Amino acid sequence: MQSSFQLAFLIPLLPLIGFLINGLGRNWHSKQWSGLIGSGAVLGSFVISLLVFQSVEAGQDAVIAYFDFIHVEGLHIPFAFQLDALSSLFLLIITGIGLLIHIYSIAYMREESSSSFARYFSYLNLFVFSMLLLVLGSNYVVMFIGWEGVGLCSYLLIGFWFKNQEYTKAANKAFIMNRIGDLAFLLAIFWLVIKTGSASFSEVFDFILANEGTAKFTATDLTVVTLLLFIGATGKSAQLPLYTWLPDAMAGPTPVSALIHAATMVTAGIYMIARSHVIYSMAPFTMSLISWIGLATAFLAATIALQQFDIKKVLAYSTVSQLGFMFLALGSGAYIAAVFHVFTHAFFKALLFLGSGSVIHAMGGEQDIRKMGGLSGKLKITYLTFMIGCLAIAGLPPLSGFFSKDAILLNAFLHHPLQYGLALFTAFLTAFYMFRLLFLTFHGSFRGTAAQQAHLHESPALMTVPLILLALFSIVSGWIGIPSVLAHDADWLSNFLSPVVGSVVHEVSHSTEWILMALSVGGVLLTIGFAWYKFRNYSATESKGVFRFFEQKWYVDQLYDKVVVKPIAYLGKLFNEWVEPHLIDAFVNRTGKTVQLAGKQIRFLQSGKIGTYVLFMVLAMVTVLLIQFFIRK
Amino acid sequence: MVVLLLLLIPLIGVCFLFLYKGDHKFASAASLKLSFASLLVMCFRLCYWNTPEQLSFTAPWLTSLGSSFSIRMDGLGTILSLLTTAAYFLLFWYMKSRTIERPAAFFAWLLLAQAGMLGVFLAMDSLLFYFFWELALIPMYFLASQWGGARRIPVTFKFFIYTFLGSVFMLIGILYLQSKTADHSFALESIKKIKLTSDQQSWLFWLFFIAFAIKLPVFPFHTWQPDTYEESPTPVTAILSAIMVKMGILGLLRWVLPLFPIASYMWGDVVMSMAVAGIVYASFLAMQQVDIKRLIAYSSIAHIGLMTAGAFALNQLAYQGLLIQLFTHGINILGMWILVDIIERKTGTRSIDSLGGIAQHSPTLTIFFVIIALANIALPLTNAFVGEFLLFIGILATPSTYYWVFAVVGGLGIILSAVYTLRMIRAVFYGQPNATSSMPITLSWHEIGALVLIVGLILFFGIYPQPLLDMTADFSKDLFGQTDITSLFRKS
Repeated sequence: MQSSFQLAFLIPLLPLIGFLINGLGRNWHSKQWSGLIGSGAVLGSFVISLLVFQSVEAGQDAVIAYFDFIHVEGLHIPFAFQLDALSSLFLLIITGIGLLIHIYSIAYMREESSSSFARYFSYLNLFVFSMLLLVLGSNYVVMFIGWEGVGLCSYLLIGFWFKNQEYTKAANKAFIMNRIGDLAFLLAIFWLVIKTGSASFSEVFDFILANEGTAKFTATDLTVVTLLLFIGATGKSAQLPLYTWLPDAMAGPTPVSALIHAATMVTAGIYMIARSHVIYSMAPFTMSLISWIGLATAFLAATIALQQFDIKKVLAYSTVSQLGFMFLALGSGAYIAAVFHVFTHAFFKALLFLGSGSVIHAMGGEQDIRKMGGLSGKLKITYLTFMIGCLAIAGLPPLSGFFSKDAILLNAFLHHPLQYGLALFTAFLTAFYMFRLLFLTFHGSFRGTAAQQAHLHESPALMTVPLILLALFSIVSGWIGIPSVLAHDADWLSNFLSPVVGSVVHEVSHSTEWILMALSVGGVLLTIGFAWYKFRNYSATESKGVFRFFEQKWYVDQLYDKVVVKPIAYLGKLFNEWVEPHLIDAFVNRTGKTVQLAGKQIRFLQSGKIGTYVLFMVLAMVTVLLIQFFIRK
Repeated sequence: MVVLLLLLIPLIGVCFLFLYKGDHKFASAASLKLSFASLLVMCFRLCYWNTPEQLSFTAPWLTSLGSSFSIRMDGLGTILSLLTTAAYFLLFWYMKSRTIERPAAFFAWLLLAQAGMLGVFLAMDSLLFYFFWELALIPMYFLASQWGGARRIPVTFKFFIYTFLGSVFMLIGILYLQSKTADHSFALESIKKIKLTSDQQSWLFWLFFIAFAIKLPVFPFHTWQPDTYEESPTPVTAILSAIMVKMGILGLLRWVLPLFPIASYMWGDVVMSMAVAGIVYASFLAMQQVDIKRLIAYSSIAHIGLMTAGAFALNQLAYQGLLIQLFTHGINILGMWILVDIIERKTGTRSIDSLGGIAQHSPTLTIFFVIIALANIALPLTNAFVGEFLLFIGILATPSTYYWVFAVVGGLGIILSAVYTLRMIRAVFYGQPNATSSMPITLSWHEIGALVLIVGLILFFGIYPQPLLDMTADFSKDLFGQTDITSLFRKS
């Protein structure tokens, strides 16, 4: 085995140790130490991840079993890691971006007390640990352990400022909506274990490949399992109908939004389906559903993002929308394109969130873009890097988003022309709301208070250096997957990933590809121009008609409240106030009374205190038995 | 002989404390030492004392009736004895930091209950089983009715009558079985040799099942439970819900399933429906509770519902999950009760409406509470996850037409448990502190020690559950051999 693989266990272990040190020593550490330990742990993981990645790049892969997690008759689930192209790529994203965000957080969270500062870093390390487990697991159970672990950390970090009950409410909502998906994920695992006798990826897939369509694994089994796994993914990756927790999750500190709710955790669903591509490729119905759900989510979230005024909310809906694009790619069988977009999106979305953090920092906590404007002068680095993020997400060449989004659009075009049209339109919406955000925040004149204006300042180097690095990667990270129409044999990513997730070879003429690219680039440029025309000098106006509908987020939260939350509360009340006391317990008491009455009738129990009698009966019996016992002996 | 030692140690304490009395310090220290001795014996049993002679004990007893004092520790007995000794030790350690009225009597009753419950877990003779079953009930009755809250008299009265009536049914069943044995014996081995028709199995099944269903309790036989849990002093509630309910599960696994396998299969759908309906029903009620004790009481009904469903899944994975869940559930719920007791003692209230913001000034307590509460909802890498995982696989593999309905409806508990648990955490610990909750709650070393051990058990068996699985592997295989439906029907 490669020597770097022997160190693989350290990748999740280091952040776990960091979590323990910071968590247990939170009252004793200085802030410098907490920050150093937290970031150092992730740095260590990053270095080892690089080594592992290097070995994988050289063509190695391995499954390493550490110990038996569950070993009973009929089921063996080892605690094992799988090191291959897919997991090593995710390792780099998680530890690399994780490291930058840890460093950024040292500055961003510096006003916290030292114990809550340490608590923050311990949660962040615990998150990195869980996320690494999720992608390293070689079976669905280890994946699920990480899966729930990241959910827990997300809950803890959304509610990090626990004195504010609005925030803790958002934390609860996130955890519970994730649990809905988790139940589906669990049911899928149970189903797979019963049918295939294993939870390990390789064994499950081999079994299904060998027995698909037979009585051992019917087409129904396949559909059920793929659907359940996908429902699990909709929870974690914020897709219809389980997406509403993600915008609320913005209650957490901004670096958390960047790491968990943009770059890593929310892409877990995409990772899971890409990992399970063997079975998904056999389930056309599920695939088509995934593509439509992804597209619908992308479109819905983009329309909502058009009308939001909280800088983080715009980015949150944008994340939901981009995740929708990734699912669209998965649904059209383009697993590599989906992973590609995870990769590029991680950089530019983390960049945008950290940029927004820098803005919020400068504005003294203000998040409403109606009260910003003209910040480009005072926050030069933030402005430039934010603009790079916007250009990347809008998909202009040669920035990263162009290549990954182009791959998704191309696959959608080949898969279903209608889907292509809608996806292209949504891509224009993306450019529009992002540049609306950019212009409203950084251009025009300042609309906040005088005190805020005086407070405006560029963030310290600990924050701007991560921004610059992320901006750099937002430009270049797309160059790992340049399509052959632009440069011959430059699609490194496809070569790297295709042994693991398979690749679709499509016959498409270069001229078609050129036309598609020209369409999207031209459209995006026009959209940006339109946004400039509309928003360079913004003044607040009441939104009307369909835009009011978008501003109110399609009233989905209100709908869920009416259809799910309220009825459940009502049912609980009904059970608590009527069924329990007046039905079940009343019946029990009635029966008890009858027995008592019967007892009185036969005058066996003269005082009527049945309890005393019964007690004496038992005591007498016990005594008799005890005496018997000792005499016989 | 070792097994007899486990029964005798608490009985020594009972005699001693009833005769010599003594103040709280004395009584609690004596009880703690005895419980530690029990735990030590149990540890030696696990590590060294493994021979059949050491694990069983038989003495003549009521020979004229056909009964003998026969106890033996199999896999089921092992895990439940481990739970009992460990839970008693942890509880008594914690109780060094709290006072109680008439301490000698209180601890003596608790120790008598320990002996009774261990007897139930180890008895291999049906009359002896019945004897211990009642023996365990009596101390609980006294503890709840004399040390309980304001409504203790009617509540414990109902508890007693309800469970006693249930056990009368069981006694009828036991007597009938004895009359059917070839050698007119109460011994489990003799009873197992009886050839019962499926009709006989059916009504015997219900005689036994009612007794166990009340004890557990299974919906809709549960209405005594929230009241009793609420009114009992919290240490007693802890014993009731951590250990005593396991008597019901043991009854199912040792008596009902192996003796009446055909009836268990025939009535399986009915019992499973009650169990999973109970999960959802109790979870809905838990969401509505304001008193933390009642909230946990209802959540406990939901947990028990899952275990009961697992018992009737009739396959080895479900048994395996259920067996380790017996232990993990006991430890976790014990931790919950200890925390509730601490909160009530230090703030004077259990109402989640009057609490809030405790995390602000009492972070250590909050951390313990969150970890144990998360274990209670079976988060992965806590001990309850593996048990629930295997239970659910087992339930999905139930030999029934409705297998997936049971798994999905039961699975709703996974979501609902998060709803009521997070609601409780949020209401009690988060937000701004108010007048009742703004005092910092400092924990004594006893409290911290017991809680650290509980959290240690939660994490250790959450990460490495294999020792518990190995401990119970033989028993679950054996039980499956006796209840395997396909082979049973092939035979008949």
